[in-house]
Amino acid sequence: MAINADFAGREYPVNAPYSVGREKVREFAAAVGSTHPVHHDTVAARGAGYPDLIAPPTFAVIVAQRAEAQLVEDPEAGIDFSRVVHADERFTHHRPIVAGDELVTVLHVDSIVERAGLAMVTTRSEIAALATDGTTTPVATVTSTLAVRGGDA
Amino acid sequence: MSGALKPVLADLSVGDVIGTRSIEVDRARLVRYAGASGDFNPIHWNDTFAEQVGLPGVIAHGMFTMGAAVALVEDWAGDPGAVVDYQTRFTRPVAVPNPGTATVEVTGTVGVIDADAGTVRIDLTVTFEGARVLGKSQAVVRL
Repeated sequence: MAINADFAGREYPVNAPYSVGREKVREFAAAVGSTHPVHHDTVAARGAGYPDLIAPPTFAVIVAQRAEAQLVEDPEAGIDFSRVVHADERFTHHRPIVAGDELVTVLHVDSIVERAGLAMVTTRSEIAALATDGTTTPVATVTSTLAVRGGDA
Repeated sequence: MSGALKPVLADLSVGDVIGTRSIEVDRARLVRYAGASGDFNPIHWNDTFAEQVGLPGVIAHGMFTMGAAVALVEDWAGDPGAVVDYQTRFTRPVAVPNPGTATVEVTGTVGVIDADAGTVRIDLTVTFEGARVLGKSQAVVRL
């Protein structure tokens, strides 16, 4: 199935909140080998001026990939995941992700470019913290490009 | 962490090496990352599946390598929250043997100093078997 280029420019509605758990921060930090105490020890994190444990720089991929699933898992988009290679990734942090954050994401399909049997699909996840009063504060922007090989490639 | 251990922008020069690190990657490490990240793509744990899609066998998650490489920068900065921007391209896969270990080598170098913004860009050279596996791997640190 071919990539549906009509999805370029699409903006999805804000998704369900992702709750950042302390143990998830510790688990992710341990998995990538981030041993700095602000990921593991609440006393160290507070001593460094943070309200709780902060997540490593690439933790936001968990949140972003949930948002990207809205596109990737939509049969109408025509993305065959067995033909996908991750081409690039970028995290811009407006502030660190902190344990206890409720994160909501708006997914944007920035571009779909097809050339030589390859489709480059670039998405942007705008991640914000949701406060109890319903207001949101920008936390991170995650840009990701998937390269999808065509059926004949 | 003592603030005195943190790098000072004025003391840095472009080309300074901030440190090096070796990352040992075995299958258990990939399974652990899969669980922690929620990325259960079978190319990262199932040789049969990986070979069916044209890979030599199980490969590391690009996001694992990206995440593991930046720990060098976090520790150098003394404050992981100071890493305000981090990007990379995934240029080559890291094949992880079974049994055994793949060793990924990381070197961080000062690439750009922006005194007005108070930031430094650390360029990461990340190699496996002598070849770069990440391209344009850059972390911006606010000092």
